[in-house]
Amino acid sequence: MLPTLNGRIQTRIATLVVIGGLWTLLLTPLLSLPGSLGDRYTVTFTILLTTVVLGVLWEFVYHLIMQFRWEKDWPTGLALITVVNEGALVWLLLSLDAVPGIDGAAVPLGAFLLLFGTTWLVVWLMIVGPMRVPFIHWRFRGGRLV
Amino acid sequence: MRDDTIELPGRGPVADRAPASGGQPGDLTQELLDTDWWTDDMLVRAGIPVHDVPFVSVGGGIGSFVTVDYLRICGVPTSAIKVFTQLNTPWESYEYLTRVSQIPRTERLRSDSASCPDNIWGFPSYGIREAWATKSLKPLWHLLTEPFLNDYWTPKAGHAFESMEREYHRIGYPETVVKGQVRMVRRRIGGGYFTILTPPEGATHTRRIAYRSRYVHIAVGYPGLKFLPDLQEYREKTRDYGSVVNAYEPHEQIYQRLQAAPGTVLVRGGGIVASRVLQRLIDDRDRLGLQTQILHSFRTFVTGSHGPHIWMRRRGGDGWAYQGFNYPKSVWGGQLKARVRRLEGQDRADLYKQFGGTNTPKRRNWQEQMRRGRQQGWYQAFQGEIANLRPGPSGTVHVELKTDQGPRQVQVIAVIDCTGLEADVREHRVLADLLDHGGAGRNPLGRMDVERSFELRGTRSEPGRMYLSGSAANGGYFPGVDTFLGLQIAAQEIADDLQTLGFCSGLGPLRSTSQWWKWARGKRI
Ligand SMILES: Cc1cc2nc3c(=O)[nH]c(=O)nc-3n(C[C@H](O)[C@H](O)[C@H](O)COP(=O)(O)OP(=O)(O)OC[C@H]3O[C@@H](n4cnc5c(N)ncnc54)[C@H](O)[C@@H]3O)c2cc1C
Repeated sequence: MLPTLNGRIQTRIATLVVIGGLWTLLLTPLLSLPGSLGDRYTVTFTILLTTVVLGVLWEFVYHLIMQFRWEKDWPTGLALITVVNEGALVWLLLSLDAVPGIDGAAVPLGAFLLLFGTTWLVVWLMIVGPMRVPFIHWRFRGGRLV
Repeated sequence: MRDDTIELPGRGPVADRAPASGGQPGDLTQELLDTDWWTDDMLVRAGIPVHDVPFVSVGGGIGSFVTVDYLRICGVPTSAIKVFTQLNTPWESYEYLTRVSQIPRTERLRSDSASCPDNIWGFPSYGIREAWATKSLKPLWHLLTEPFLNDYWTPKAGHAFESMEREYHRIGYPETVVKGQVRMVRRRIGGGYFTILTPPEGATHTRRIAYRSRYVHIAVGYPGLKFLPDLQEYREKTRDYGSVVNAYEPHEQIYQRLQAAPGTVLVRGGGIVASRVLQRLIDDRDRLGLQTQILHSFRTFVTGSHGPHIWMRRRGGDGWAYQGFNYPKSVWGGQLKARVRRLEGQDRADLYKQFGGTNTPKRRNWQEQMRRGRQQGWYQAFQGEIANLRPGPSGTVHVELKTDQGPRQVQVIAVIDCTGLEADVREHRVLADLLDHGGAGRNPLGRMDVERSFELRGTRSEPGRMYLSGSAANGGYFPGVDTFLGLQIAAQEIADDLQTLGFCSGLGPLRSTSQWWKWARGKRI
């Protein structure tokens, strides 16, 4: 992938909100989370929103790291593997009960891993290829959508 | 064609007689030659028949192909497009260059998985398609781990050609082709352009025909690939064209001679062609148990990472500057693309200089071969320039080298020059004519000056437009233009511009997706 900082942020927000949102909508009823379905949606969408907000901050870090690369590219594998640091941070905040609006400490690890891991994978699979089909200018504009 | 220029397919010289000296009617007149803006009447007076078509593309190589592909997908019918070329297929010239420079169909190209000249979306990329076709996860694992655990994945040449051939038929490309050599493009009073074509001998009753079009696209490839003067001089003096060669000429005879008897060869250059030639020499050595000794001279011997500051350091070593592609990857879409797009004049030239220069990918198999050669003493790389070439005893070539260790004399059975010197744009007749009569100018690197939309600056003939892409546009707002993906990026800019002029449909999400679906099903459009 060949992102610019602006493109990274736009792609991050758009794909997590749209594709991540659809995926979360489908997956939540299947997750073993406490409370009513409404409560569960509150938890999963809050996690998604947290991922978006923190993700925008992460993009600045990645952009900085990318500056050390001569090619100024962001290889596909890196875009996948960053699930580890991002997931770990969100989990940490949940277990510290630092995510506003939900009882983070009550989220079971298994459900979190399933939610976070699969959402990440679905979004990544979209970005590494199919995204170019409807948005033919996207890959040449550093990931900018507007 | 000058004789210091390497002959390429599709450049067969069309004898160009002085005006009115041939017996055939319909030739250029002095009036036409001398006038920058032509009227319809001038062509009538010259007896040159005029055909009308909205869009023409000059060249018919990969640049024309991907541009026509884009326009067809944007809804332009084949009847609205003519491509002028002497090539039989758009990839003929490219395939010739890759084959002689040691990339047969079974070997891998330089460009990445998503550089797909047959597919404007770049999805599914060549890597995914190879995984599918070979029912193997290997290419996918490779793509996932590049460039850390693996080199950048690149497609086989044959895969690119076969896929282009499929697209060629799918879009009805052959219907657009008109055979012949373009002599010039001039602006027309009243709008648009005249393109003068010299058809093959006997194909028409006039010597020239003209096409009147609103839009012109020029994609003539390399203005010329030249022999270096030292090489040229040796060949002319000795009439020995077989042992001192450029890698862009057929030079199979050298590998054959090395198979018949052991010998030493001198390879010159630090680019990917040198890497390929070394690979061929070493593969033959390994496969056939040959005793070939290889000397390798670099004009600039790179010993390590280099660049102005830590944010811009390119790896290097053992003579080479290492880079996956011919520019840093992000010129094709990311940060560097965005940056160069904003630069003008000297600033742009300076940045090109920083990331340009001769370079080659650091491929693991090449590294292994050279390491073995250095250890066993049959591969020797050094800084050096050729000072003199003369015939040596029993068919050898005596080479005097100027190296940083002082002068050095070597006796070799062959010199394979892997430096590709691109001729000045003026050496291409059509480009020279555009500079002299078409209003075109030069960019900071001395090539043809194009806008961000690839419109050739200064050539506008309202409501017409003239565009130019490929090597002749290098030095512009977009650096990677002489590559598959670069030519496609140029095609996209051109199509976007033509869309605002109402010539074709845009590719919004819906049209783009439905067209992609047609591509995926191989449906003719
Ligand atoms: C050895 C080699 C390897 C390369 N490998 C890669 C790679 O792996 N990946 C990549 O992306 N790029 C690669 N490139 C770069 C680039 O993609 C190709 O050179 C590509 O063919 C350029 O397309 P083009 O249309 O500009 O030129 P061409 O394909 O050369 O086509 C231009 C054509 O115009 C014709 N022409 C010229 N003048 C006239 C005239 N007056 N009238 C009619 N016709 C005319 C010529 O006959 C020529 O055939 C490579 C280049 C070389 C030399």
